[in-house]
Amino acid sequence: MKVAKDLVAASATPMVLGILAEADSYGYAILRRINELSGGELDWTEGLLYPLLHRLERLGYTESSWQSVAGERRRKYYRITRSGLAELAEQRRQWDTVVDALKEIWRGPGDSTPLITIPLGGHA
Amino acid sequence: MTNGQDELEAQFAQWRQYVQRRRELRKSDAEELEDHLRSSVDELVAVGLRADEAFLVAVKRMGSLDDLSREFAREHSERLWKQLVLTGETDSPVADTRSRRDLLAIVICAIGAAASIKVPELFGMSFDNDPAFYGPNAGLLVLPWLAAFLAWRRHATKALIGVLLALFALGAVAANAYSLTGDSQSVVLSSIHLPIALWFVVGLAYVADDVRSPRRRMDFIRFTGEWFVYYVLIALGGGVLTAFTVGTFGAIGISPEGFVTQWLVPCGAAAAVVVAGWLVEAKQSVVENIAPVLTRLFTPLFTAVLLAFLIAFGLTGDGIDVEREALILFDLLLVVVLGLLLYTISARDPLAPPGLFDKLQLALVVSALAIDVLVLLEITGRITEYGTSPNKAAALGENVILLANLAWSAWLALGLVRRRTPFAALERWQTAYLPVYAAWAWIVVLIFPPLFNYL
Repeated sequence: MKVAKDLVAASATPMVLGILAEADSYGYAILRRINELSGGELDWTEGLLYPLLHRLERLGYTESSWQSVAGERRRKYYRITRSGLAELAEQRRQWDTVVDALKEIWRGPGDSTPLITIPLGGHA
Repeated sequence: MTNGQDELEAQFAQWRQYVQRRRELRKSDAEELEDHLRSSVDELVAVGLRADEAFLVAVKRMGSLDDLSREFAREHSERLWKQLVLTGETDSPVADTRSRRDLLAIVICAIGAAASIKVPELFGMSFDNDPAFYGPNAGLLVLPWLAAFLAWRRHATKALIGVLLALFALGAVAANAYSLTGDSQSVVLSSIHLPIALWFVVGLAYVADDVRSPRRRMDFIRFTGEWFVYYVLIALGGGVLTAFTVGTFGAIGISPEGFVTQWLVPCGAAAAVVVAGWLVEAKQSVVENIAPVLTRLFTPLFTAVLLAFLIAFGLTGDGIDVEREALILFDLLLVVVLGLLLYTISARDPLAPPGLFDKLQLALVVSALAIDVLVLLEITGRITEYGTSPNKAAALGENVILLANLAWSAWLALGLVRRRTPFAALERWQTAYLPVYAAWAWIVVLIFPPLFNYL
């Protein structure tokens, strides 16, 4: 199962901001981290990541600088800003709402078995 | 191992070249992506792949550059608009210092031009009272600065600089040696022809690095067209500035009219001549040339109008009513047709086979020729009847010069359409003809006043 493109795009901003909220990071490490967190199910490309990083920087949610950590290459590190943290909190609130609502629907009122059986894959 | 490492570096270098060719990707983006690629390679090598294999896999994973640059373009759409970078921000420091030196040179030349136009006032001249002085001399005060800038940029030889100085001196003689009164025809003629003659001197400075090359002459034709477009744009901006100056100061009861007419407009117009020239030089490779686009738009329209005129003329059967200004009007028509022809030539791919547009061009030139011959017959009749004057002689001479050029151009264009002559012949004809215009302008300026008894 791969996550649909639209959903990947929609979740991209909170995901990157969330990772940067943990620690400053650079492109390749962010991609690795996302891979790790989703067990390889989130299909991120460089074409998605880097323009997104640049957009977040333009919007003032992150700052970037070329740094070289001891023993490593010079890399472009991204750091989350104050307004980035605020944006993250806002996005998180919205995602919580969406996720809660979905859970509510799928659990059914007061029941743990789903009312509708959702076909999984091609053969249910 | 080191061999593999070298090979890997070579592969990275090649990849970097591909990336840097993309306009959507800046240098820092390329570096960031390269770091990504290197991390990817390192990881693959760590799990046991050979360096070259790892590189291939890593590049493959990154996906095609097309996709990548498309994504970048969505975030950085402004990069698809080529920006005319006036100072700094270029990637290479060499280009940077060069553009900085250019900027300094142009500021000096523009200030020089603006100041020159005011210098005669120190000797009691004024724009309002001495039009007979300013008319012929305006070009003389301004154009040397543009020529100086171009000669400086081209590293002109001492001999050529000497020739330029001599020609400007000759211009000064032509403008001031004959004592012409303000209302004489010759003053008007000199005011029109001396700037043209001096523009060709500027052209000499422009082609300073290779005076005889037809390609450089064609570049000068392109330069002239683009310069004109830029000058008009700057003039429009200047008009807006003037309107606001007058309006805002008028609102608080101060009349800036003296400042505007004595300083803002003349100095601005003089400086703009130089600045427009510099803009064309600076943007040469940055922005698409606009003059050829305009000719593409207007060639069909002019052809239609000229053909309609010929048909209407044929139907009515009346002769052309040649007014005093008619000759000048038709001269200008020929100039426009020649301009359309020149700027299409300047933008045409020399190797392209003849197409529909070449036929259209031929139709334009032939219809212009037909009209001009009609006018010329009418005019010659009148001159033999009423005698000649400097105005008529100059206009007639120009008509003949343009007619000769267009007639031979039409012949060459016909050959081109019939695939008999190569396009280069047409191009060479136009560039070889340039000195004829210059010579005629000098003749009008230098020889006409004594010839017509300073009329």
